[in-house]
Amino acid sequence: MDFFKIIDDLSKVDADVLGRFDSRRAVFGSLGNIAKRSALAATPLFLGALFQKAYAGTTSTPVEVLQYALTLELFEQDFYAKVKASSQYAGASAADKAAIDQIKGHEDAHVALLRTAITGLGGTPVASAPFKSAVFAGLTTFAAQLGIAQLLEDTGVRAYKGRAGELLGTDLLTVALQIHSVEARHASKIRYMRGQKPWVNPGDDLAAHPVYTSGVTGPTSTTSPFGYGIPAYTAASPVESNTTQSNVPITTGLGATYTAADAAASFDEYLQAAEVLDASRAGGLVGA
Amino acid sequence: MPDTLRPTDSESPRPAQSLHTPIKRRSFFMYAGATAGVTALALAGCSKESETTAPSINVSLGFGDASVLNYAYALEQLEAAFYAKAVAATTTVLSTAEKAVLTNVATHEAIHRDFLQAAINRDFPGQLLQTLTFKFDDATFTDRTRLLTAAKTFEDLGVAAYNGAGKLFKVPAYVSIAGQIVSVEARHAAYVRDLLTSGSFAAIDQVDATTGLDKQMAPADVIKIVNTYLDATVVQLDVSTIGQ
Repeated sequence: MDFFKIIDDLSKVDADVLGRFDSRRAVFGSLGNIAKRSALAATPLFLGALFQKAYAGTTSTPVEVLQYALTLELFEQDFYAKVKASSQYAGASAADKAAIDQIKGHEDAHVALLRTAITGLGGTPVASAPFKSAVFAGLTTFAAQLGIAQLLEDTGVRAYKGRAGELLGTDLLTVALQIHSVEARHASKIRYMRGQKPWVNPGDDLAAHPVYTSGVTGPTSTTSPFGYGIPAYTAASPVESNTTQSNVPITTGLGATYTAADAAASFDEYLQAAEVLDASRAGGLVGA
Repeated sequence: MPDTLRPTDSESPRPAQSLHTPIKRRSFFMYAGATAGVTALALAGCSKESETTAPSINVSLGFGDASVLNYAYALEQLEAAFYAKAVAATTTVLSTAEKAVLTNVATHEAIHRDFLQAAINRDFPGQLLQTLTFKFDDATFTDRTRLLTAAKTFEDLGVAAYNGAGKLFKVPAYVSIAGQIVSVEARHAAYVRDLLTSGSFAAIDQVDATTGLDKQMAPADVIKIVNTYLDATVVQLDVSTIGQ
C-alpha cells in the first residue's frame, strides 16, 4: 500500500486532504513514525484510522455516503453495459449510440473515482450492484431501455440530493455535487431523446412512477442490502409534483403567480436512501 | 437529510423559525452599509482612508449563509433577466418549439429568483442583495446561435457556481435547497447545449472525461463574469466575504 499514492489519489477528489491533518508537518511526522514502526504502518487498518481521524468531526459517515453513491453508479454502469451489449442498441441511430456511450463513460469514471475515495478513507468499496437480467430481458425495444434509463437518471438526481447535506464541511460535498449535476445532464438528455421535457413535470409520460413520488412499500432498515449503514427512514420525502419549497408556496407565495407545473418543475426533489433502495424503485431492480 | 425545509407545515406560508439564524454582530455592521447600496466604507466618515477614497460602487454579498444565498440570487437575477429578454424578442430566431421550452426555462429562473428573494428576506431580514440591472448586447437576441451560446454560457456558469458554493453553507438545509435548484439548471444546460450542438449535453469542455465531474467554480471567478454584465460605473458585486 503506497501511502503517497493514496494521498495523491485522495487529493484529486478532496483538494483539502492535507489540510485535514493537523498540519502538513504532522502528516510527515506521522510518516516518520511509520518508518520506525513499518510493520504497523503497512496495514490498511492503520491508514484507515489515520484518514478517519483526518475527517472526523467534519461529517458523520463520509464512507457510508460514498458507498451509497458507488452503489448507484455501479447499478447505472451495469445497466448501460447491458444496453450497449444489446441488439436494440446495435440498431439505434449513431447519435443515440453516442449519447449512451458518453453517459456510460461518465458512470465508469464515477465508479473509479468513488472506489478510489472509499479506499483512501479506509473502506472496502461495494463490489457490485447489477441490474436484474430478467427485467432487462423484458426491455424488448430501445425505447423501453430509454424509459428505464430516464427512471434511473432521475432517481440518481434525487438520491445525491438526499445525502449531499451529510457531506457538508468536507470537499467531498463538492465532488458529490459535481457528480449530481452530471446525472441531471444525463436525465435531461435521455428525456429529450424520449420526446419528454428535459425536467420533471406533471405532463411526463412516466409521471406516476414511484420514482417521482415518495414513501416506502415495506419495512426499512438502517443497514443497506450492501452492508453499509444508511440513515433511518423518517417520513415520506416530498413528491416531484410538490409546489411548496421551504414552506414557501411557489404558486401564490411569491410576487408573481406561477402555475403548479412551473412551480414543480423549477425544483427537483430529494429521496432518502430507504426510498431509493425500496422495492418500488431502484432496490427492486438490483439483483442477479 | 434536510430536517428543517421539509414542507410539513404547508398550511402556513409563515417563516420556518428553525431556519432563522441570528445575524452575527459583524454581519450586522457590515450590512448597515451594504444595504444602502454602497459598502460600509463610504459611511465610515471617521476613517482616515475614506477621506481620499471615492464613493465605492462595490456591493458586498455579505457574510455567512446569507452571502451564499445572495450569490445564488445574483445569478438567478442574471439568468431571469436574460431569458425574459430572449423569449420576449419579437424577431423570431427560435423555432416555435424551442421558444416554448425556453419560455419554461425563463419561468423557472424567475421562480428561482423570486424564491431566493423570499427566503433571504425571511431568514436574513435586511440582508437581501439589491435588484440588479443587467446590460446585454442587443445583437445577442437577433441571432439564434448567439442567443443559444449566451444561454449555454449562463446555464453552465450557474451549474459550476452552485457546485462550487455548496460547501460554503453552514446549514445543511440550504445545501439541500441549492441542490434542488442546481439540478434543474443542469437540465437546462444539457438541453440548451444540445439545441446548439447536438450531442454536446455533457461534452468534455464542461464534464471532465477522466473523472466524470461537472465543473465547479469559485465565487470570485464567477462574479468576475457576472460583473461584466453590470454597468461598471454603477455597481460591481464583491464576494470577498462570502461564506465568512
